[in-house]
Amino acid sequence: MDFEPSDDQRLLIESVSRMLADNYSFAQRKTYIAAPEGWSTAMWSQYAELGLLGLPFPEQYGGYGGGAQEVMLVMQAFGRVLVVEPFFPTVILGGTAIMAAGTDAQKQAILPAIAEGSLKLAFAHSERQARYDLTDVVTTAKKDGDAWILDGAKTVVAHGDSADTLIVSARTSGDRYDHEGITLFLVDANAQGVARRGYVTRDESRAADISLSNVRATEVLGTVGQGLLIIEKIVQAGIAATAAETVGAMEAMNEMTLEYSKTRVQFGNPIGTYQVVQHRLSDMFMTQEQGRSMAMLATMSLENPDAAERAHNMAMAKVGVGQAGRYVSQSAVQMHGGIGMTEEYAVGHYFRRCMVIERLFGDPAYYLQQLADEVA
Amino acid sequence: MKTAAKRDGDHYVVNGQKIWTSTAHHADWCFVLVRTNPEARKRQEGISFLLVDMKTPGITVRPIISIDGSHHLNEVFFDDVRVPVENLVHQENKGWDVAKFLLGNERTGIARLGKSRERVNASIEMAHKVNANGRPLIADPVFRQRVAQLQVDMKALEITQYRVVSAHDKAGGGRPDPLSSVLKVKGTELLQATTELAVDVAGPMATPIWARELAALNESDDMLEASSASVGSYLFLRAASIYGGTNEIQKNILTKAVLGL
Repeated sequence: MDFEPSDDQRLLIESVSRMLADNYSFAQRKTYIAAPEGWSTAMWSQYAELGLLGLPFPEQYGGYGGGAQEVMLVMQAFGRVLVVEPFFPTVILGGTAIMAAGTDAQKQAILPAIAEGSLKLAFAHSERQARYDLTDVVTTAKKDGDAWILDGAKTVVAHGDSADTLIVSARTSGDRYDHEGITLFLVDANAQGVARRGYVTRDESRAADISLSNVRATEVLGTVGQGLLIIEKIVQAGIAATAAETVGAMEAMNEMTLEYSKTRVQFGNPIGTYQVVQHRLSDMFMTQEQGRSMAMLATMSLENPDAAERAHNMAMAKVGVGQAGRYVSQSAVQMHGGIGMTEEYAVGHYFRRCMVIERLFGDPAYYLQQLADEVA
Repeated sequence: MKTAAKRDGDHYVVNGQKIWTSTAHHADWCFVLVRTNPEARKRQEGISFLLVDMKTPGITVRPIISIDGSHHLNEVFFDDVRVPVENLVHQENKGWDVAKFLLGNERTGIARLGKSRERVNASIEMAHKVNANGRPLIADPVFRQRVAQLQVDMKALEITQYRVVSAHDKAGGGRPDPLSSVLKVKGTELLQATTELAVDVAGPMATPIWARELAALNESDDMLEASSASVGSYLFLRAASIYGGTNEIQKNILTKAVLGL
């Protein structure tokens, strides 16, 4: 197996890294978060110019034609600087949904618009009672002539407040937990009956609670009643992307901590000269590399045609990367001491991003249980 | 320690700065360790313990916002702050004895076992209300074992705590017990483990900063408020293994004072 990036991929990383080095210092990021949107519209345009907003889309739909590996490399770079723009919900979650289940007309209407930066999506699936269970959907869609009437509520929808179009899951048949009977709808975020309440999340990103009351939807994504298959694809793409993002965050934290251990003097010596600190730094490095391997597993598994094996590998990656992110971020704060506890310093911000990613689409305990059920 | 006090008639004049001062912005008075004899042979000698009125001119309190978003910590600056000599606690240049005693007490109280127990109980209650893999989280045997393990660890800490307090009472509170370092390390590990439990129970609801939103909208939702509070504690108590002497330092103390290495 060859784990080294190709020449094209190397060029991609270089241009993305250069753009972020120029525009995404910790201080610059602070100004983006302070904007009314909670992120930078100027950076959004830059991503579009570089082709990143169409990264995984086929060229015929205005995309860059990249695959899972390109997404991994870019997400890793984003993780290193804690990018707050709605790239993840729009390009990864939304893009995956449209590529996996959209009709050609839907792809034509949506993918080029995303790629040029004029359309943002959000994945409105999670509900309050569901916690991590993908089949726990009680939002309903009832047929009304050519249209469907949606009623229900969605919670912690990433960047749901700035999205133009929502991908909403609803029950067209069956009961809570049924695998069959979930359908995805494309809903105009400003449609009548859609109420959005946006807020800041712990990682300084944005999310929204969305209520749907008597919302008329005419556009089904995929096959009626078969939405779960698409949802699983969206979630798996999300797991692989955020795993890569966690790797980038771990790299940044480990670099910061190593640097700090060389400069911070305590009892007459830099703390990095003490064995207890050295061993912790080694553990953090080993954990990062084990996490990286699992992030690679997630990325490689995305194109695995065997659904059971794919889900199994995703669960493994979710456990490994989640635990790695938690250990490295807790250790990074500990090794920094008091300064690591402050809002002024970057490390705590990485800590919180890892905390949020860890519980996105299920935490390690949730996936460990799924893996445990498979042990025979 | 660089903050220094120079005697000027019946006052000490204090100059310097302190950091990580908890709730200084609420305080009417504060204790300050100052250097009164810069020529002392050992670093611990020549330090005095002063009681300072926070309204005294020359004191500036600068907030430090911590990663949970709260204002608990501060930097305190002293610029020619005049402190009456009668505010000296104990004797001049013997302040380190007072500080050692105080730090020993801090380590004894730092375990905050009651908070850990309260948090575990709240997590159990919440685990009845949330689902994991199609059943209430409380029915998950792995979750139950995790709680049981925490209860075992809390029981051990409780008894160790009694032993430290009892020995402390018998000795008349003179010297800090080296076992207080055990309390500090094990107690703060438990504080952190119980906040991790709470935040894991909160699950995806740990993501939003709800409390702020709820307060703004004057809504009430027990689950959301509890989830939000659990994250705040989880984030803030990462400091527990740092403050009062890092857990790494506590282990150094133990290896020297108890194991004699």
